[in-house]
Amino acid sequence: MGKLLKKIFLVDLFQGLRVTFRSQNPRSIVTEQYPAERPRIAERYRGAPRMNTNPETGESLCIGCNLCALACPESLIVMTSERNEKTKRKELATYTFDLSRCMFCGLCEDACPTDALELTQDFELATYTREGQIWDRKMLEEGPRPTRYKW
Amino acid sequence: MPDATFLDSTELVLNMGPQHPSTHGVLRVILKLDGERVLGTDCVIGYLHRGVEKIAENRTYAQFNPYVDRMDYVAAVSNGLGYCLAVEKLLNTEAPARAQVVRVILTELNRIASHLLWLGTHALDIGAITPVFYCFREREEALHIFEQYCGARLTTHAFRIGGLQYETYDGFERDVQAFCDMFLAKVDEYEELLTNNRIWVGRLQNVGVLSADECKEYGVTGPVLRAAGVKWDLRKAQPYSGYEKYQFDIPTRQNGDTYDRYIVRMQEMRQSVRILRQAVGNLHEGPIMAKVPKVMKPPVGEAYVSIEAPKGELGYYIVSDGSVQPYRVRVRPPSFVNLQALDRMVRGALIADVVAVIGTLDIVLGEVDR
Repeated sequence: MGKLLKKIFLVDLFQGLRVTFRSQNPRSIVTEQYPAERPRIAERYRGAPRMNTNPETGESLCIGCNLCALACPESLIVMTSERNEKTKRKELATYTFDLSRCMFCGLCEDACPTDALELTQDFELATYTREGQIWDRKMLEEGPRPTRYKW
Repeated sequence: MPDATFLDSTELVLNMGPQHPSTHGVLRVILKLDGERVLGTDCVIGYLHRGVEKIAENRTYAQFNPYVDRMDYVAAVSNGLGYCLAVEKLLNTEAPARAQVVRVILTELNRIASHLLWLGTHALDIGAITPVFYCFREREEALHIFEQYCGARLTTHAFRIGGLQYETYDGFERDVQAFCDMFLAKVDEYEELLTNNRIWVGRLQNVGVLSADECKEYGVTGPVLRAAGVKWDLRKAQPYSGYEKYQFDIPTRQNGDTYDRYIVRMQEMRQSVRILRQAVGNLHEGPIMAKVPKVMKPPVGEAYVSIEAPKGELGYYIVSDGSVQPYRVRVRPPSFVNLQALDRMVRGALIADVVAVIGTLDIVLGEVDR
């Protein structure tokens, strides 16, 4: 009998609707207004790569050891280094990071002995061309350049 | 299926997928229909095949670690755990106690996240639009803990061979505790929405029944097996990563229909919270990385490790030839094996039930195709 009454008065449906109406409180809105409002990005987030420089001298922290290129599962880091005749130290010559193939696993930054290579919180990496995804040393040090379009 | 039915003019062959939203990815099911009745199915898989097992043969052990996240991308942490345990077995090492506890915490959080995604999309398939928003709200909290811990939300690469790369962040215990406190009430909320709902019950009860014997025949594992009444959970049967230290129950049901699988998964989420609470209390100071050589060259041999992933038994079989790269990596994916039962479950049912059954199997096509 109770079962039948429950069925007639749609008890099960109103039970569910109670949850819906409980969530109508404006305080329980959790939608992120993304472009207008910046999302909360964790400190350890693995996003766009960055090549750190010494803030005092502006010199690259990279010692040209090639460990990041060896650690990368996708072999997307290509670098060359040359020996500085004055200081007798290895110095970075060229460095490219192909972001289009990167899966942000973080193995390169783990491998870096000097914390030169770092994955940052920057996550907006869209470009209009594939070539734009290949970051050279300058881009890695200064961040991506804004693209200008003529029309 | 008898061949004669093919000649029958009433039979209709219909492609469901690969772009069908209810096939949860790129699964193509060729349905043979008589009106609304399903006479038989043929699954066409491989649309998401990336050759992950072959990629493994060209990567070092550490380098392959991020790829396993991309098989079952909904439960990437479990995949990482299975792979790391397998390589650790080859290397004959074990992760330190603290690392094991953190692994348990993250894996259980991932189990909850995976079940939440399943619940939301499954309800969406059935026609209940509301739960998915609530599910994703809570899943977001779990993913935010992942992001703060290891820097990624989905393809986490959280574990390394021999332990962990990252120490827990400040407030990790507090966050997990807060999640546990918040979450149980939310599970009640989902149950309030669905468990007694007449449409939900009507669409799920006695749909896609798979008996215990049939489950064993097909090798089906996970919640699908437990809903048929078999008390089998690898966390209890062959404990790994210190699961023997935690108190939890294996939820089972008797009928083995879609509704029971729903109930089992809901209870599993509650059990995961129970494990999480114990694990957070169990978190002591200590090293997080075992002594593992930088260049890993496991001795010649093979290892098979299986863990209880959210979807069932996830196994990694790795053969080492003594070099830096694995000779062969074979994955035993729960989704692939569970999908094989689809034909048995939907034969004689209606088309709408096919959608319900695909949803209840909780497949991820990234794992089916690899």
